[in-house]
Amino acid sequence: MERKKVVVIGAGVVGASIVRVLSQYNELDVYLLEKNVDAGMGVSKANTAIIHPGHEDDPKKCPLRAKLCVRGNRLWHQWVKELGIPAKFPGELMIAIEEDDLKVAEHYLELAQKNGVPGVRLVDNEELRKLEPNVNPNVAGALWAPTAGVMDSPMAAPALVENAVANGVRFFPETEVQGIKIENGEVKGVKTNKGFIEADIIINAAGLYSDKISKMAGIDYFTVHPRKGEYYVFDDDATPKVTRILHQTPTPVTKGVYVITEMHDGLMIGPTAEDLPEDAKEDTSTTKEGLDFVWEWAQKLVKELPPKNKVIRTFAGLRPEPPDGRWIIEAYDDPWGFINAAGIRSPGFTSAPAIAYYIVEELIQKKLDIKLTKKSHWNPYRRAYWFKDLPPEKQNELIKQDPAYGNVVCMCREITEGEIVNVITRMKSMGVKIITLDGIKMRTGAMAGTCQGSYCRIRIARIIARETGIPLWEVSFRGKGTEYGIGDVKVLLRGNGGDKNAE
Amino acid sequence: MQNDYDVVVIGGGPAGLAAAIRARELGLRVLLLENRETLGGIPLQCIHPGFGLHYFKEDLTGTEFIYRFIYKFLDMEIEHYTGAHVVSIEPFSDLEKRLRVVTSKGVLDITTTTVIYTTGARERHLFEIGITGHRPAGVYTAGEAQTMMDIDGIMPGKEIVIVGSGDVGLIMARRFALEGAHVKAVIEIMSYPGGLTRNVVQCLQDFGIPLYLSHAVTRIEGTTKVEKVILTKVDENLRPVPGTEKEIECDTVVIAAGLVPYLKVLERAGVIIDPATKGPVVNEHLETSIPGIFVAGNALVINDLVDYVVEQGELAAESAYLYIQNKGIPTKKWRKLVKGRNIRLIVPHYLSGDNDVIIYARVQKPEENVKLHFPEINKEIKLPFVKPAEMIRIKLRKEDITKAKDKITMEVVLNE
Ligand SMILES: Cc1cc2nc3c(=O)[nH]c(=O)nc-3n(C[C@H](O)[C@H](O)[C@H](O)COP(=O)(O)OP(=O)(O)OC[C@H]3O[C@@H](n4cnc5c(N)ncnc54)[C@H](O)[C@@H]3O)c2cc1C
Ligand SMILES: Cc1cc2nc3c(=O)[nH]c(=O)nc-3n(C[C@H](O)[C@H](O)[C@H](O)COP(=O)(O)OP(=O)(O)OC[C@H]3O[C@@H](n4cnc5c(N)ncnc54)[C@H](O)[C@@H]3O)c2cc1C
Repeated sequence: MERKKVVVIGAGVVGASIVRVLSQYNELDVYLLEKNVDAGMGVSKANTAIIHPGHEDDPKKCPLRAKLCVRGNRLWHQWVKELGIPAKFPGELMIAIEEDDLKVAEHYLELAQKNGVPGVRLVDNEELRKLEPNVNPNVAGALWAPTAGVMDSPMAAPALVENAVANGVRFFPETEVQGIKIENGEVKGVKTNKGFIEADIIINAAGLYSDKISKMAGIDYFTVHPRKGEYYVFDDDATPKVTRILHQTPTPVTKGVYVITEMHDGLMIGPTAEDLPEDAKEDTSTTKEGLDFVWEWAQKLVKELPPKNKVIRTFAGLRPEPPDGRWIIEAYDDPWGFINAAGIRSPGFTSAPAIAYYIVEELIQKKLDIKLTKKSHWNPYRRAYWFKDLPPEKQNELIKQDPAYGNVVCMCREITEGEIVNVITRMKSMGVKIITLDGIKMRTGAMAGTCQGSYCRIRIARIIARETGIPLWEVSFRGKGTEYGIGDVKVLLRGNGGDKNAE
Repeated sequence: MQNDYDVVVIGGGPAGLAAAIRARELGLRVLLLENRETLGGIPLQCIHPGFGLHYFKEDLTGTEFIYRFIYKFLDMEIEHYTGAHVVSIEPFSDLEKRLRVVTSKGVLDITTTTVIYTTGARERHLFEIGITGHRPAGVYTAGEAQTMMDIDGIMPGKEIVIVGSGDVGLIMARRFALEGAHVKAVIEIMSYPGGLTRNVVQCLQDFGIPLYLSHAVTRIEGTTKVEKVILTKVDENLRPVPGTEKEIECDTVVIAAGLVPYLKVLERAGVIIDPATKGPVVNEHLETSIPGIFVAGNALVINDLVDYVVEQGELAAESAYLYIQNKGIPTKKWRKLVKGRNIRLIVPHYLSGDNDVIIYARVQKPEENVKLHFPEINKEIKLPFVKPAEMIRIKLRKEDITKAKDKITMEVVLNE
């Protein structure tokens, strides 16, 4: 059987899910290219992290989205367990604030029936208040979708890639695709800053930049523009919290915002939806206007919000918006071998596993007619544990093996030195060359609690410096240009310093 | 069955060390737990003078000051763990507290009669002071920057903007200037500097560092590394004045926006918190709402002077002793200390009248030629000025306290 070389561009949740599924087959050599220093540093790191039930997409308008979201939801139930990604499935309430909004809710009930979403039904005010005691008691009712979940989304792409690499995928961070070579109507490979990489199949999962990659393959009928979403996150001890995922029935004017309790137990509210120009693909800045909007709309859903001084973070993410919101998931006859998974906006997180199966089953095997057989020895598991969740006997066992597990470095989130060293080892073995503070944050949640790293960031930077043999100041947040410091403390007085960063 | 210890001190900064030393002097069985790898707390990283003027009647650097305590503590061979993290405190009964502690020797379950909580404070960060914009590399809290420079010997950046003009912000401005950085501005939202006048002169004016009063940083720009900050003027209500935006280019932003007592574990145990101090509600023995749990130092109230911190630590140890002798703080008629005009916060919250008590307080706004007035007990103390940056420390005599029936108000009034 002839082997095929597959290059996947972009290690977001979409690309990472794709390589994980591709790693299940015997005939494929899979290369995952990512321009950042690590997986999951793009769109996939800043979002609402909801595993949607799949009743918000109209199968007439967006058939693929409707289908893949429902299937993706089912797949995540299994994937989060296999990969050790913290997740929960508390269900979702689409709240009808006024009586009139119940009609809108009914419309989504119909979509739920059409899309085959289990368990969705309307609940009246009384039942609603039982399902969610902290809901604003004056609302009319809600649409209840019990299959909705929340996960620790920043952890997802790194976990997926780690598992894929354990199954033979090769991960190349700091590798930016700059061109695609096509000959006789077939893809031949990609040009990158690190040189040329041959390929029989190229899959574009470049998120916000998927229009640019597609253009490199000559497919330029669409653009992807950023749509910003801003959030507030509260401290884990801020009350009131919510049990369910809350949002309001969409209106022509706004979809409102979500109120959830995220995986680290903090209330989170947002996002906004602000369309930005096509070239603003790095503008993840928050704005006063955006945050005010979030506050105003979140208030309508709950009895009250925690006080503002319990906010520990504000942030924004950018949705990769394709024209009309329609995902572009296609294989082409010309150039043969090029596959788009482009413009994957919400619910892209939910759907990523299903997108991956769709690409392998429908596009690679059927459309491109490539015969694939499943490996007999594929390993679905990535072992992960959180020290603080273990029973004391297990904690003691770990400490006995390695006393670093007895050193709590991040006090807000109770993350130990042992876990950080373990994560660094995992990062190295999956192919990450530059171990960054953000990489550790995404995988452990350290530095993201009450004090936002003001206490523990330096301690974690010291561990990275020690484990990777670089000077402390060279440890970076996310790679080149984001170093922790500019040199030793006398660097400016010597007169030659500080320029390293300015290059 | 006897508890493992009479007193467990949580936190090995100046408050904790002073408490442990005093408790041992009183003959108690003491254990001290410190989360960091080293004892000493914040003063370890303070290489500037200004420590110990009251306690030692000497002007010491933070490091010199704290080493006096560390050496004494080690000489007394007081049992302690560094790298220890208290996960939970369970107030099983008034005479038994159960602690779970993670250490490199294993997970310890410890029982003790009393706890002295001296975990210090955490720094307020970017997201708590309403700054929007990007989240690039190059934003530090003052304490983090100080640790980088004076514990680890690395330089955060070269073009610096400092947010907040409290003593911490002022001292860090000078610290950066001394290492050859260009400190472009210290920005203060209030109309007056947050720190001591002495520090404004010695840390800013002597180095030509501009101070922007009544200005707030509203935004940080820069997608990978800090490129600039946007600031605006604010009005009397601290609201931004439209049209007054200004940019300052820089590569580093240092947030020196104040401290908050760090009480996660204690809050989970159920102590009642005073929203004004953000520390626990305490009586004159520095006992919290959970009998046998005492608190001192920045975990109680944010102090400007380490001398007061040490004083509180020692008092907490004496209180633990009293508690152990009497199997509890004897029941008293407690008089509540109440905030009056221009008082922002005050500790302790309850007074018995059996002891002279040191009161710590902060005002809301600066005023000159004033007196502290206690209407219920007919007492007045004249002061040339009061300002929020300077904690007021005064002693109330027990004879005065007993004059009040159930509350004593403290207010600032203008001298006629
Ligand atoms: C505010 C917001 C809220 C959301 N909420 C939800 C939700 O609750 N539930 C849900 O299901 N979905 C949600 N989404 C959608 C979801 O986050 C996205 O659909 C998903 O993360 C997109 O993943 P991706 O892999 O396509 O993109 P990305 O994660 O951006 O990955 C693309 C990767 O490609 C890399 N890349 C780009 N160009 C190149 C190049 N030339 N060479 C090499 N690498 C390159 C990038 O660096 C990046 O790492 C939300 C999105 C946002 C922004
Ligand atoms: C920049 C700066 C300049 C200053 N300048 C002066 C000055 O000139 N003069 C002056 O008098 N004062 C000054 N101070 C103030 C002085 O440093 C503080 O008031 C004092 O350090 C407070 O002592 P503390 O023991 O309460 O807290 P800290 O010194 O903060 O010590 C608390 C200790 O508890 C530990 N800890 C925290 N949580 C836990 C836990 N859960 N388990 C175990 N251990 C824990 C911490 O690691 C730390 O070691 C300055 C402070 C700063 C930041």
